[in-house]
Amino acid sequence: MMQDQEAVVLQGHIIDSLILAKVLDTILMMGGTFDIQDMQIGKTREESSRARIIVRASSAKLLSEILHAIQPHGASVESERDCRLSVAPADGIFPDEFYATTHLSTQVRVRDQWVEVEGIEMDLGVRVDRVRLTARTVPMGEVKKGDLIVTGREGVRVIPLQRPRDRDVFSFMESQVSAERPHGHIIGDIAKRLVQLRAGFREGKAGSKVLLAGGPAIVHAGGREALTWLIDEEFIHVLFCGNALPAHDMEVDLYGTSLGYGHAAGRVVPHGHEHHLRTINRIRAIGSIEAAVRSGVVKTGIMAACVKRGAHVVMAGTIRDDGPLPGVITDSVKAQAAMRAAIPGIGLALLVASTLHAVATGNLLPATIPSVCVDVNPAVPTKLADRGSFQAVGLVMDAASFLRELARELGWKP
Amino acid sequence: MSRLLVCPPDYFGIEYEINPWMRRSNAVNSEQAVCQWHHLMRVLEREVGAVLERMKPVPGLPDLVFTANAGIVVGGKAVPSRFRYAERRKEEAYFEDWFRGQGYDVVTLDPGRFFEGAGDLLGFPDTWFGGYRQRSDIRVFPTLSEWFTREIIPLELVDNRFYHLDTCLCPLSGGELLYFPPAFDHYGQAALAERIAPSRRLVVPEAEALRFACNAVCVGKHVVLPVGCPETESLLTSRGYLPHPVPLDEFMKSGGSAKCLTLALD
Repeated sequence: MMQDQEAVVLQGHIIDSLILAKVLDTILMMGGTFDIQDMQIGKTREESSRARIIVRASSAKLLSEILHAIQPHGASVESERDCRLSVAPADGIFPDEFYATTHLSTQVRVRDQWVEVEGIEMDLGVRVDRVRLTARTVPMGEVKKGDLIVTGREGVRVIPLQRPRDRDVFSFMESQVSAERPHGHIIGDIAKRLVQLRAGFREGKAGSKVLLAGGPAIVHAGGREALTWLIDEEFIHVLFCGNALPAHDMEVDLYGTSLGYGHAAGRVVPHGHEHHLRTINRIRAIGSIEAAVRSGVVKTGIMAACVKRGAHVVMAGTIRDDGPLPGVITDSVKAQAAMRAAIPGIGLALLVASTLHAVATGNLLPATIPSVCVDVNPAVPTKLADRGSFQAVGLVMDAASFLRELARELGWKP
Repeated sequence: MSRLLVCPPDYFGIEYEINPWMRRSNAVNSEQAVCQWHHLMRVLEREVGAVLERMKPVPGLPDLVFTANAGIVVGGKAVPSRFRYAERRKEEAYFEDWFRGQGYDVVTLDPGRFFEGAGDLLGFPDTWFGGYRQRSDIRVFPTLSEWFTREIIPLELVDNRFYHLDTCLCPLSGGELLYFPPAFDHYGQAALAERIAPSRRLVVPEAEALRFACNAVCVGKHVVLPVGCPETESLLTSRGYLPHPVPLDEFMKSGGSAKCLTLALD
């Protein structure tokens, strides 16, 4: 729920005089809430203290009543100005000093009103429509000559992440990433979230979709069956991957190997290294993964489950790709746009065993979406957790173990 | 030795109504007012031993007599008042001129931030109290605290009959506090209780608070207060103070008494 809020500053001998207590009590008694964002306490008796308080209320009217009530006690609203807007000088070029977004909810002040910036994502610009009073993030490459872009920091406010109400692993600061920590309870909490989200998804509730961004290690390490089951059971609704994950997934179906290793036997099969190329070639001949599944050529696995369940798949290519498979987007700007377009409606992101896709997806996600990063390399979850959100959980573990444990928690019986 | 700024009541009267005490219909008896003022001056000079600095009264400024509202003077520095009501704003220039004429370092507040001088800012040597909401704006206190390097505890005045802090609170030279608690909200009362031990808090009864018992001038062990406050007098006597009751009814018609008629200088 969008709340109205205003930052006020209170200074002086506000602690011993109980003025701070009076202001905070007034806010609460009137039905508002507050966050003390910054508090400097005087070091000596003579030195005064200063508090910056964010006052929140369920409506603009209530907020204004609260501000009116606390103003005589010295709580003054921080000076407010409209954000500065400059015209984009050319297509694909922001004006100098453009405001670069964070992954936190942001508002800009336009014609004396705070306007919510839509499409929150880090490292973008903000385009403003002064007539419609709307603001939306825009990637550098998509800005058009003449667009009004926010510049400087004036009239821009970033809303800190509210601690989530659920008392689970996502509600604590989990930036510490360690292979030594037990994973059981974390996976248990993720499973609970998946159950809730699936119920919401089935009821058509917004923000109930689960995204998985994954790499081919899922297949190599033996997580394919578990992930297939999770998609089949409607726990995962959006898949971000490259060329390799689907290639090796379908290789298992067609040849029983992944990257030439016998999937069941666990040893190299003669000429097995050719299998993924032959798989890609076969799918290219058919024309699409969907056609390969629908025609019964590919019968099992992750991609088959995605096609059958109608999961939204975005495949983003890289320069080392073989083929690639039909449907893989080889223009990385277009691939990024396709991933961005799939973000709205996501309520949880699982980033599993792919540095490239995990970081790319992490950059696209607003901080309000909880994310779990799973990798055997601690550097990846650490990098993701460092984005500074309480809702980024890092797990240093093997992809297959994670997916199997998660699926088992949800009722999978291998 | 205590120096006090005073202003003879030559033009004192009730020409407007800016507090619940003032009624234009309740006319001041000028002769009586002059008489009471001179009596107060005699007590201050002869019995209390204060040195008086007399300002020149100005026609058309009936409240110039209440010099407590001239500003605040400490350590050679003077901050002139910024009155809430336009009726008294004309006094500002006269008070400021007087401070400058005396060689004080005059520091002025931003216009639009109300501050009514020693009427709303008084205290002990290292802790001051600032009355706000009725007249002074709480936001002036952090600035004054910085200028004078003193802690200033703001206290909300919740009863408009006690529209200045000096009408309901009087710090005494021995560290006791003469005050009327219901003039403050419970936050203010708690803040005072936190600072001052119960044995040092002298609570004035309502009937005497309404006779301006707290609007007293304390110089050493002498306390000059309006007549008709026997309980307050005995409270003072019990703590070793010497009360000097003075008739000041004519000034009370305007909402002021002994303290309002003086400004402590240094």
